[in-house]
Amino acid sequence: MDAVLQALQMVGTPTTIAVILLSSLFGLFVGAIPGLTATMATALLVPVTFFMDPVPAIAAIVACTAMAITAGDIPGCLLRIPGTPASAAYTDEAYAMTRKGQGELALGVSIMSSTIGGLFGFVVLAFTAPLLADVALQFSSFEYFWLAVLGLTSAAFISAGDRIKGVLSLLIGLFIATVGMDPLTGSARFTLGSEELAGGISFVPAMIGMFALSEIMRTAGTPFDAGGIAGRVTGNPFRGVGAALGTYKAGLVRGSLVGTVIGALPGAGGDIAAWISYAMSRRFSRTPERFGTGHVEGLVEAGASNNSALSAAWVPAMVFGIPGDAVTAIAIGVLYMKGMNPGPTLFTANPQNLYAVWTVFVIANLLMIPFGWLAVRAARGIFQVPRPHLMATILLFCIVGSFAINNTVFGVGIMLAMGVLAYALEANGFPIAPVILGIVMGPLIETNLLTSMMITQGDVLGLFSRPIAAVLGVATLAIWTIPLALMGMRALRNHPAVGRGRTGNRTRDA
Amino acid sequence: MTTLRRRTTLAAAFAAALAIALPVTGAAAAWPERPITLIIPWGAGGGTDGTGRILAKMMEDRLGQPINVVNRTGGGSTIGHGEIARAKPDGYTLGIITTELSMFHWRGQSTLSHKDYTLIGLFNADPSSIHVNAASPHKDLRSLAEAIKANPRSIKAGGANQGGVNHLSYVGLVQAVGAAGDQAFWIPSEGAAPALQLLASGAIDAAVVQMSETRSLAEAGKIRPLAVMGGRRDPNFPDVPTVKEAIGIDFTATGWRGLGGPKGLPADVTATLASVMEAVVSSAEFKEFMGKRLYGVEWKGPADFAAFLAERDESFGAAMKAAGLAK
Repeated sequence: MDAVLQALQMVGTPTTIAVILLSSLFGLFVGAIPGLTATMATALLVPVTFFMDPVPAIAAIVACTAMAITAGDIPGCLLRIPGTPASAAYTDEAYAMTRKGQGELALGVSIMSSTIGGLFGFVVLAFTAPLLADVALQFSSFEYFWLAVLGLTSAAFISAGDRIKGVLSLLIGLFIATVGMDPLTGSARFTLGSEELAGGISFVPAMIGMFALSEIMRTAGTPFDAGGIAGRVTGNPFRGVGAALGTYKAGLVRGSLVGTVIGALPGAGGDIAAWISYAMSRRFSRTPERFGTGHVEGLVEAGASNNSALSAAWVPAMVFGIPGDAVTAIAIGVLYMKGMNPGPTLFTANPQNLYAVWTVFVIANLLMIPFGWLAVRAARGIFQVPRPHLMATILLFCIVGSFAINNTVFGVGIMLAMGVLAYALEANGFPIAPVILGIVMGPLIETNLLTSMMITQGDVLGLFSRPIAAVLGVATLAIWTIPLALMGMRALRNHPAVGRGRTGNRTRDA
Repeated sequence: MTTLRRRTTLAAAFAAALAIALPVTGAAAAWPERPITLIIPWGAGGGTDGTGRILAKMMEDRLGQPINVVNRTGGGSTIGHGEIARAKPDGYTLGIITTELSMFHWRGQSTLSHKDYTLIGLFNADPSSIHVNAASPHKDLRSLAEAIKANPRSIKAGGANQGGVNHLSYVGLVQAVGAAGDQAFWIPSEGAAPALQLLASGAIDAAVVQMSETRSLAEAGKIRPLAVMGGRRDPNFPDVPTVKEAIGIDFTATGWRGLGGPKGLPADVTATLASVMEAVVSSAEFKEFMGKRLYGVEWKGPADFAAFLAERDESFGAAMKAAGLAK
């Protein structure tokens, strides 16, 4: 109890509070600008934290990342430029809501479900971190391979239209992911002799191009309209949020749980979590046919999942010093620098430091509400900007964002090429989200499959040789084959009409 | 204010581009009269980025001009390294050069070598180290070495990419204990963290990584450090023996990071940079930063740095030939 009081005192100093507020603002700003990432924000903060005391230094990192990732939802929702791979899972849904005039509700729900998910993840972190980390440490390339395949499976659920087209989109994404050097042996693939392509197709420019540029092109193709984006909105961004969260509270809890469990796995846990949650939300929904048309349900679940995964990513980082992603890798560096070495001793020696960091977690998550509200109020101006001006500005952001990620003009080229590709795909009814999923998951699947195959020396059955891997593998195969088998049986029973119904039926079939 | 830094970075990039178009005036006497660009060939957040940024921060205070850090990633750092080598040798574009430079030309990945740079100074050298899972039957390096000698294919080892410093360290060790280098069984991964995850989950038998990356796992009792591949014990881990102490074979393998510029920097600029860098590297502040993040501090001025890199080039070349990785 003493330690808790001490911790509160440490956080309660004017310096720490000021640091939290400033880094939150900084995170909000960087996160809300398309193309600037949370990783970038954190890396820029490190030299500044070098001159701070331990608690404010870590507070700066925690507050900045939490805010940057949540703020990434804002351009995703308003302009269709997702801030992070994780928010790409529901960008189309949020943007569809904006077009229906429910942009503020979409943002309000994103912020609130993020806060709830983040706090949920934190509670799990606070009470079960050492235990959960022990489980996470049992995951090797075999388990990750199955988990990533399971993530890919969600492509079949997230595509609103034709499922075959969804799978084809996914394959395009997987192909894009193979460009560049083989992740393990370094041999060049599809690089056309270009040194820059050897580094692979950068994810951020590709994502900006596919979502934002294609949208600009589509707008340019529609009749001239000098007004703002469809559905100008007024009023309180949080109006109706309570009702939405109440209606879908089961999804909220499910999203937080799934996000926490998957997020605690080091590696791309957080990215997979939002996609799986969005797919699950649709699978268990009473109205799956409304998904993709600007329906709030998936947003609730995936938003919660996204941020609970973010909190949970600190579990392996704090207990074993294993970074979950680039952001936690930087954070671990700062922990070491400040003498709070990750490890079991972090939880026993000087617990007041750890409690102080946790207090910051809570404050940072709660701060999202007022800061998010302010950001939404400020962003409202966007609706008043005449569409041609707005589109020109977005194009500018697209170019700056895709340049900034690696500081190369090549990134701008990738953005343009991907934008044109996405425009062509969407014009022909192919969904974009599965392409992004393929680009995110491709390297994960490939690396873990190759690693596993090297370990088993080519024995494919080896993928089932470890207990957790075997369970995940059998579950994945079952998800694939059972609907097919059911469909086949039904088709035999009363052919030929069934099995070719519209979207709603298909989703239920799965 | 950090956003401001971003903008100045962009501005500096444009300024640098403009400067290339302007005639040379031999104004080195007043160097540095404008901001310096520091290219880091690896991504934001990694060890090279973290140490490079601190070095830049401390050097800019002493040089009186801002140093703008630019991450130029890609191609396994060939892109960034190439850009440093091709920059105009006026002292306004420098870069952090790393271990991989000792390997590019052996692997046929790029023709770059340390000879393409003006070498300013070495600030960091970290020996590799070897670890096993806590449940492993091998309690010390002698036991593991015997298993490797008896059948190198029976030990699955990992620790970052194929042909990287840790892989070559392992191949060197396998050779040193008397087995064939090309029989070393290496499971590549995208860095130390995934390799340690494989080790802790029992999917591989040994991991060769930098000591700094394993501290928490070792303290948690999940993995067991067997030996450091350096000339002396790591002061942060005084109980872990060197390879020589453990099995009596004199074997070391070290990764490195240093500051360099394009070939042909004016001698006075190089001398100023080296003396400023030496002051930074030997400062208590820098040592404290590096020590806390468990990076080894090692200072070598231009001449020593060149000799060190010539030696590294040769020993990495030998290991790569043994592993069948040289072209």
